[in-house]
Amino acid sequence: MSMPFYVPPEQLIKDRAEYARKGIARGRSIAAVEFDNGALLLAENPSRTLHKLSEIYDRIAFAGVGRYNEFESLRVAGIRHADIKGYMYGRPDVDVKGLANAFAQTLGNIFTHEVKPYEVEILVVGISETGSDMFKILYDGTLSDEHGVGAIGGQAEELVAYLSSHSEVGQPYDRALEIAKDAFRSLNSDRGIEGWEGAVLDRTRGRRTFRRLSEAELAD
Amino acid sequence: MPLGLDFSDGPGFTQLLRSLQLEPTWPVTDAKLGSLDAPEATTVLAARYRDGVVMIGDRQATEGYSVAHRRMQKVFPTDHFSVVAISGTAGLALDMVKLFQTELEHYEKLEGSRLSLEGKATHLARMVRQQLPMAFQGLVVVPLFAGYDELEEVGRLFTFDVIGGRYEEEDFGATGSGSREARSYLRNRYSPDLEEPEALSLAMEALVAAAEQDVATAGPDPRRGIFPTVVTVGASGYDELEESRIEPIAIGALEAVR
Repeated sequence: MSMPFYVPPEQLIKDRAEYARKGIARGRSIAAVEFDNGALLLAENPSRTLHKLSEIYDRIAFAGVGRYNEFESLRVAGIRHADIKGYMYGRPDVDVKGLANAFAQTLGNIFTHEVKPYEVEILVVGISETGSDMFKILYDGTLSDEHGVGAIGGQAEELVAYLSSHSEVGQPYDRALEIAKDAFRSLNSDRGIEGWEGAVLDRTRGRRTFRRLSEAELAD
Repeated sequence: MPLGLDFSDGPGFTQLLRSLQLEPTWPVTDAKLGSLDAPEATTVLAARYRDGVVMIGDRQATEGYSVAHRRMQKVFPTDHFSVVAISGTAGLALDMVKLFQTELEHYEKLEGSRLSLEGKATHLARMVRQQLPMAFQGLVVVPLFAGYDELEEVGRLFTFDVIGGRYEEEDFGATGSGSREARSYLRNRYSPDLEEPEALSLAMEALVAAAEQDVATAGPDPRRGIFPTVVTVGASGYDELEESRIEPIAIGALEAVR
């Protein structure tokens, strides 16, 4: 009779984390920057139809990197969660922190219980009357909040470093877009950018603040 | 709580509610509902004009022979390019509108594109049909639906019957207790190439005419500062008129219909 090899739990977790990280590092990153009327999300995305940025609720946006089918199912689950809550109670009751927690729980469970961890990182951005909240959720359910600027993906740290040194409180939208683009360019000076995908949460737009940026608006 | 990742119930919001057993239901048994006076919403109407559709509704809800509410809203934008108005049992109708709005937005977010206008109207017809058992108990909801068709680039409008039948109207439509009067007023004066200001005035006049004949419908009430709700939908989306823009139209209509 064959006995399964003993694998210490530390090793198991390490292997899973390494597997997930490798998958994520292959994908392109996403950055988020606050501006005076809301928050901007910018992704490097060669595809015009497979979106990485999406509307979740009136004041909440979603960004995902890594395996498309995995963050897509998280996005759908997030929209369902938010719409149910808003329908059962009231629209102001759907808050970004609760949603970020739910994503963290979900990814945490998958990381420990499923055969294969999700190879994704999620950024959930919400705006209020005065500012913005950004939450970053890693493949293992680790939840952290970001201030003013945020990024996910293989180059997240470098992007955040560039953005926090260039971003200013209360900066206009045009400047936010410019520094977000510059952040990507500064990291990838050896190759060109293969296409932008952008979206904003703009509190001047009324109830639904999410708006996808058109190709013309994103043109260099 | 972790999120549910099982989407086998399908893409619709109503199916999602059903799978979670949260779907709105009114458990009516054989109880006689004839004796129940639930507030009723009265006249709403819509008319096409050259660049879009206008929809207008009075603000009164009645409970038997008395006024239940004077400032009730019966015309609601459902998404960027469509608008719905309700008549009949107010409580059921308001719930239907909320579910319909959520359903459209849910679809738009999941799919990344809006339902076609045709698709929205079909879905609304299905919602009306599901209310049929309630209609036999005397709790009737009949909506009116209009919007701008982004594919064909025209304004379109749909009327419904209590069974869930859906009828596209070429010119105008009305529902509620004063709808007969409103329609006969429109029939005599409507022309398909109206411009927006003329269409707004005509729709308002038809509502005033309905209020003249139907006791359950309230026309503009300048004394209390209550004016009908007016929403237009065109190529750039819906436009909910502010009171300051409605007032002169309403005053003009009160003068015109004597």
